[in-house]
Amino acid sequence: MRLSGGPGEPAGESSPFRAEVRDWLRAHVPARPLASVDTAEGFAAHREWEHELAAARLSVVSWPVAYGGRGAPLLDWLVFEEEYYAAAAPVRVGQNGLFLLAPTLFAHGTAEQLDRVLPSMATADEVWAQAWSEPDAGSDLAAIRATATAADGGWLLSGTKMWSSRAAFADKAFGLFRSEPGARRHRGLTYLMFDLRAEGVTVRPIRQLGGRTGFAEIFLDQVFVPAADVIGEPGDGWRVAMSTASHERGMSLRSPGRFSAAAARLVELWRQAGGQDDTALRDRVVDAWIGARAYRLHTHATAARLAAGGSLGAESSLGKVFWSELDVALHETALDLLGPRAELASPDVDVDQGRWLDGYLFSLAGPIYAGTNEIQRTVIAERLLGLPR
Amino acid sequence: MTPGRSGEQAQFAASLHAMLADAEVPAAARRWAAGDRAPGLAVWRALATLGVTALAVPERDGGLGAGFADLVVACEELGHHAVPGPVAESVAAVPVLLAALPADAAGDLTGGDLAGGDLASDDLAGAELPARNWPAPWLAGLAAGDLIATAAMPPWLPWAVDTGAAGLVLLAADGTVRIAAPGARYRSVDPGRSLSQVTGGQLLARGPAVAAAIARALDAGTLACAAQLLGAGRALLEASVRHAGQRTQFGRPIGAFQAVKHQLADVAIGLEFAGPLLDVAAATLDGDDEHVARDVSAAKVACTDAARRAARTALQVHGAIGYTEEHDLHLWLLKVRALAGAWGSQAEHRARVMAAISVSAEGAGQDQGVETPAARQPVAGQPAAGQAAAGEPAWS
Repeated sequence: MRLSGGPGEPAGESSPFRAEVRDWLRAHVPARPLASVDTAEGFAAHREWEHELAAARLSVVSWPVAYGGRGAPLLDWLVFEEEYYAAAAPVRVGQNGLFLLAPTLFAHGTAEQLDRVLPSMATADEVWAQAWSEPDAGSDLAAIRATATAADGGWLLSGTKMWSSRAAFADKAFGLFRSEPGARRHRGLTYLMFDLRAEGVTVRPIRQLGGRTGFAEIFLDQVFVPAADVIGEPGDGWRVAMSTASHERGMSLRSPGRFSAAAARLVELWRQAGGQDDTALRDRVVDAWIGARAYRLHTHATAARLAAGGSLGAESSLGKVFWSELDVALHETALDLLGPRAELASPDVDVDQGRWLDGYLFSLAGPIYAGTNEIQRTVIAERLLGLPR
Repeated sequence: MTPGRSGEQAQFAASLHAMLADAEVPAAARRWAAGDRAPGLAVWRALATLGVTALAVPERDGGLGAGFADLVVACEELGHHAVPGPVAESVAAVPVLLAALPADAAGDLTGGDLAGGDLASDDLAGAELPARNWPAPWLAGLAAGDLIATAAMPPWLPWAVDTGAAGLVLLAADGTVRIAAPGARYRSVDPGRSLSQVTGGQLLARGPAVAAAIARALDAGTLACAAQLLGAGRALLEASVRHAGQRTQFGRPIGAFQAVKHQLADVAIGLEFAGPLLDVAAATLDGDDEHVARDVSAAKVACTDAARRAARTALQVHGAIGYTEEHDLHLWLLKVRALAGAWGSQAEHRARVMAAISVSAEGAGQDQGVETPAARQPVAGQPAAGQAAAGEPAWS
């Protein structure tokens, strides 16, 4: 008797596709790091890199061919991500569009929108920023106050969007706006795309922890948006946006590649840094490695389920809390292994240490963005466990 | 359903769950703890009817020759229901040990002082087992549910669990397997377990191949124990969710309070991500590949941590009623505590994982065939700061 099936190692360990990606990355990943994506120069360099990726049809492997992809299965996307992170390739400057807007368009967009938006997104000729939060709408996203007022042929946007990643240099943005005056909470919201260079848009970059300008505040003053840039129906924006939010928390934004690659580097750091007698640190390294492996196995199993026609709902919240806490633990452990060197904030002095410190600062944001971990835990408790509201 | 498991495995788990839910296992566990094993043994016979005790027995010996992937599904359900008795020993470790012994170790046991202990348990029909042409009759007995076995396997298992219920007690250590004679019996923190000192009697097998069989049996038992822990953790979470939905304070069910919700969410997360580690360890053990030690230990570490968090949280959510013997919760709470230290400590298993992953940069690469950056390119041009953030946060 054998009840067909328990999962072994994820499939695709030695696929031709993996070999192709690995070889291509080995030949193309820049030997010297690109300038920070949060500078004008670095942003342009990252856009160039995306052109290269797109030319090799590697920028959006799981998309249909018509939009610049390969029509590859989800599993191949995971393979691509693993190789991408293992190769320490550049930040995906277009990731907000690729992983948040695109899935929304695939689910709710018109054919005209798909044709118009996706090809230039795949090549990063247009880079998208997201515009969800507002000064008074963070965890409580339904408290959105920025308005969309019906105008001749479209809408006029007004208000303030906050913590908008990539907005300082991006071309376009997407977000939710209150389109029915007086409508409360989740009602009367409309999902809109808008041009960051349009008249009436002012972008104020914000310096983040660690000094980068990774996000920005967007002021909108009677910004005209054509009706063709509404995704889904006017007033139905909350439902449309929630499908994006699920992608952000779950499969799309956080592939296991980042953590698997960091775990491998952490074990290597342990080997090199010594401290072999320190069982407390050893246990943290092991736990981080186990966590990265668990996340990878879990994600591959989920991908297989989705490929078989399953859907991803509130369980994406389990993964969001898990990977964001894991990411902090991985980087914190590495810095603790580095001892006094961990303090160095001059990446040129110690390149590897610089990567850990940088990764650590970024990891600290994980439990906050894409729905704070407190919001996620509430979702888990109420929707998965069935605890009373 | 655990991600990655097949529909058949889910059905197997569901049928076990249905049977055990009807079998009044908590009452049987209480009787077992009080020395009356009859109701518990009835549960074991029912498990045998469903094939559980035959999973790890080869087909040639009357078993099902199932894989570890199925064994963990079963053991998880046994943990889920806090089934008393030497589960990991009798369902996993002993049949695996006996089946893995080299063929030339088998034979007739004559002339030795066979047994010396309560080899013939009064509880079990057919426990008077022939020593002729062992281990085939023992394996057949295990498969049929006529025999319950236990073992001491020092240093991980210094005592044999539940010798009173067992018709076969083994001592496996240092490359030898012997019939064991139970001596002093101690109580476990889990009232459903007892711990017996044993001394080695009749020598059954010895040699390097026997040492390998013992190592495999230890991994099998460890895996089964991890599965029990995961199942127990799930039961503790379910009980906590039920209680939090029913118990009212300040005019609301306590489960409506975020302080309770968030603790239970963390329990759910821990259990969710331990599951795939358990299943992949089973697959690795089925494949008998080089990563057995790494994967089995990782599963034990993760399942133990997840179950312990579930236990602590369950007690906290239940409050004082959970801190009683009147409430069934204690059956799971104390079993988790007992199993957490059985089959190797957390420190030993973490050390085993580290030993496996740090031997080479390749081992650290999570089996993706991914080389670590350090292994691939010697330093010059090592990507740095600007790129470290691949996968940068998307705010708002």
